[in-house]
Amino acid sequence: MERKQMKKNLICINCPMGCELNVDYTAKKIIKVEGNTCKRGITYAETEIFHPVRIVTTTVRVKDCSIPFVPVKTEKPVPKKIAFKIIQRASKITLHAPVKSGDVVIQNIMDSGVNLIATRSLARTRQKSKKNT
Amino acid sequence: MNTQFDVVIIGAGVVGCAIARELSRFKLKIALVEKEADVSFGTSKANSGIIHAGFHSSSETVKGKLELAGNRMFDRLKEELDFPFQRRGELMVAFTEEEIRILQAFYLQGKNNNVPYLELIGRTRVLEMEPNLNPDILGALYAPNSGIICPYEYCYALAENAVRNGVKLFTNSKVIRLDTKTVKKRIKVITKNGLNLTGKFVINAAGLFADEISALVGITDFKIHPRKGEEYLLDKRVSSLVKRVIFPVPRKNSKGMLVIPTVDGTVMVGPTAVETKSKKDSSTTREGLQTVFRHAQHMVPAIRSTDVITAFAGIRPAATGEDFIIGATRVLGFINVAGIQSPGLTASPAIAEMVREILLKKGLPLKEDPSFDPIRKSVKRVRELIDKKNYAEFGKIIKSNKDFAKLVCRCENVTEAEIIAAVRNGHTTLDAIKFITRAGCGRCQGGFCTSRIMDIIARETGIPREQINKKGAGSEIIPFPVKKGDQSD
Amino acid sequence: MIKSVDALVIGAGPAGLAAALALRNSGVQNILVVERESVPGGILMQCIHNGFGLHRFKEELTGPEYAERYINAAGDENIIPLTNTAAIDIIDNGKTKIVILLSETKGLLEIKATVVILAMGCRERNRGNISIPGSRPAGIITAGLAQKMTNLHGLLPGKEIVILGSGDIGLIMARRLTWEGSHVKAVIEVQPYPGGLNRNIVQCLHDFNIPLYFSHTITKIDGDKRINKVHIAPIDTHFDPKKTGNFTLSCDCLLLSIGLIPENELSLKAGVALDPITRGASVDADLMTTIPGIFSCGNVLQVHDLVDFVSEEAEYCGKAAAEYIKGTNKKGKDIPVKTGNLVRYILPSKVKAGRSALLSLRAMTPAENVNLIIRTDKETLYKAKHRKIFPSIMLRIPIKEIPPLARYIEVLFEAE
Repeated sequence: MERKQMKKNLICINCPMGCELNVDYTAKKIIKVEGNTCKRGITYAETEIFHPVRIVTTTVRVKDCSIPFVPVKTEKPVPKKIAFKIIQRASKITLHAPVKSGDVVIQNIMDSGVNLIATRSLARTRQKSKKNT
Repeated sequence: MNTQFDVVIIGAGVVGCAIARELSRFKLKIALVEKEADVSFGTSKANSGIIHAGFHSSSETVKGKLELAGNRMFDRLKEELDFPFQRRGELMVAFTEEEIRILQAFYLQGKNNNVPYLELIGRTRVLEMEPNLNPDILGALYAPNSGIICPYEYCYALAENAVRNGVKLFTNSKVIRLDTKTVKKRIKVITKNGLNLTGKFVINAAGLFADEISALVGITDFKIHPRKGEEYLLDKRVSSLVKRVIFPVPRKNSKGMLVIPTVDGTVMVGPTAVETKSKKDSSTTREGLQTVFRHAQHMVPAIRSTDVITAFAGIRPAATGEDFIIGATRVLGFINVAGIQSPGLTASPAIAEMVREILLKKGLPLKEDPSFDPIRKSVKRVRELIDKKNYAEFGKIIKSNKDFAKLVCRCENVTEAEIIAAVRNGHTTLDAIKFITRAGCGRCQGGFCTSRIMDIIARETGIPREQINKKGAGSEIIPFPVKKGDQSD
Repeated sequence: MIKSVDALVIGAGPAGLAAALALRNSGVQNILVVERESVPGGILMQCIHNGFGLHRFKEELTGPEYAERYINAAGDENIIPLTNTAAIDIIDNGKTKIVILLSETKGLLEIKATVVILAMGCRERNRGNISIPGSRPAGIITAGLAQKMTNLHGLLPGKEIVILGSGDIGLIMARRLTWEGSHVKAVIEVQPYPGGLNRNIVQCLHDFNIPLYFSHTITKIDGDKRINKVHIAPIDTHFDPKKTGNFTLSCDCLLLSIGLIPENELSLKAGVALDPITRGASVDADLMTTIPGIFSCGNVLQVHDLVDFVSEEAEYCGKAAAEYIKGTNKKGKDIPVKTGNLVRYILPSKVKAGRSALLSLRAMTPAENVNLIIRTDKETLYKAKHRKIFPSIMLRIPIKEIPPLARYIEVLFEAE
């Protein structure tokens, strides 16, 4: 039985070129990708149609240093549909300085197989007074 | 807290503050009650900042009488209160023979009012004085005694000196009721935030709301009909366009749209004059921008709307009859000082003296207070030193206070020392700090300094950043803290 | 306290750090980098999103990660930026420059430098620049300031947000604020095309179903103490608001992402001439300004889209500045660079005969299927097909050698 053929226009987000892709596909596979400038566009089309993923970046509360929040990111792309859950999960923890860029903040976050890591190094400083936070 | 006063002044704009400062010379208990978060936050902050020459109104009007009287007092006030004031002079320019005739009429009126140094000058001399004016100008009325000031710095200086000399300032205190019956020979002043003051005299200097305050004691013989004026501030890089204030020949209810060099080195164009229904509508408009630039460019062709760095609008509290309404009323102790539109800023010190005389006549004893200190020193401003490359002097100031080495506003060269001083003087809104220190007034309009100013306010006062506001409660800059992790300190 | 250095770099953001490293790699020892913030890294420190470094490091990094690579590399070379130090004046003394610094800890400092590299970055365009009519309530904030407050202080500027301008900063903040729980109601763009990268339209707007209105503008702001509404109208070909198709959006925050302006106040003080189109310094092929010994690179020279290009430009600048210090900068005939069809600007505006050049340019409008051509009066130096060009994407073309006999270089786009 012939599977229903569908068309979609996507913009590849792999690099700043942002190629406009025309994708023909069925529920099970990609038939044709047009408009890409490199091979990564084809992989992107497949991923984006069937299991879209994103890198998630946010901030996490941190104590004992000069600023109250440290930026973090998922080490690899995670399923787009759990992005908000990851943000919420990250909002529950508090780190303590020192923090090194690359430190694992939450391992295998939300069972995605991906770690949430710090993206900035912060040295430990003296405890600041109430007024400064 | 003392709630019994000799005089309660309602409204801390330029008029209320001038009256408060004048009365603080005497052994009197004075309260200055203001509904906004800081002084000058009503009409005064949107003023054009011109000290008029004294020929604009006939001396048969109150405003005409007080214009020159006020003008004369500014040199001494500047000496005492340390605010920026420069006698730049003004030119009222004429393009047609008919306008020349109107100039002549103003000249005669000025002479009649005893305005000094007034001259009618011809085209050549006008263009020598101001080479960037439209060469089609036929002639001008030149008044060298006209000046420019920073209206809010003047207002703050008056208020600070008044408070230093014993006046009690109550902000965020909107008057909602006046009671002339309960206390004998006194008027009770009740505010929305629960103040309950009494005064032997109540001075109504409530600007746009003067008619509503007056109605609280049953006097309804005048109405305030607000008249909005939009102003556009141009970048400092065009500061050399004009040296003096440039006026057109005025129209019926307004002095016209002017080109105004400011004491800060910017140039301002405007204001428009549009009757508005609402006392609260200080919005700028597309039509206003086009009108202002059309008129300004007519006088100074090099002006471009692309030079605008910010725009604002003020609302003139014009009263029925268009003149000042200053005087005692049939209600014992209640004095109206209403309808103070232009030349209100110029006239303000003279208004204060006039009110003093009214109080004296009405039986308020005026005993000079020997501890009255007329001198108020403004916080050091380093931007002029930096502009003039006077690093030796700047270095000395830094040695006296290290906070002068911390640059907060890069556009206007304002340091942390100046902002700390403003905050410690009770100014904790971003607008007030902007008006006093000029931090946030420049090209980037607060893009870089806002964050640091908020740090300073938070550190000095303990106010959490999310509560720091622009102009009073309800105008918080960044009101929503994220809820993450351990939020305790 | 008078000190002397070979090179003084103003700004320890990605441009300043890369320039300093290039100076060191070219043998310059005595380098001082000054930074007015309390930490180096420049604007990257608040750009917690990823997308940086794809060209430079062949991997996607977040802003702070990219910055840290350069901060660490500089540290390895013993280049430690002097932080909390603002440069407030540059005085040109011919062979040396005198830079007046205001250090929060050390007070006023006077530094003599053979070379000064301007790397101060940009400021944001604000409401005043475009005169949006209406009241002046709280709740109107530029996207960059909001980004700083959200990412470094954990404070959100609003719960119901409208964004004016589809530049990258606004798009990134649309996503950021949505992820932090705010509702971004719309992005309003005055042009018929986006101001930022396509990929950001996808991952910041499409992902969250945030509508983007092209060829619309905000005609009025309502609200007394705080903004409560914006009036939106479509615009005609003259960019004037139309009378029909207007609507309003209630909101408690208007985010402005309407462009960046190179921050050249200090450059003007030094007497450096600015280019009216880039609003950065007017420079030659060595990225040297009209004042010999003062160089410029990064966002303060021209607004960049990719930090990778900032680093490349800064390295080029640092190398050229090093040659100037050593006296080995080759003199040569100046050859003017002309903008041709569809080219908004080219930097630099002149190149040197016989030397290499790194040209940066932007298209004037979007176009499809065009050839980018770089030619002299005698020959074509470069020709490349472009399927799509956008004003928002800067193009960089290195030219190995400018033919010594060329009378001018012309850069243009030609339809295929």
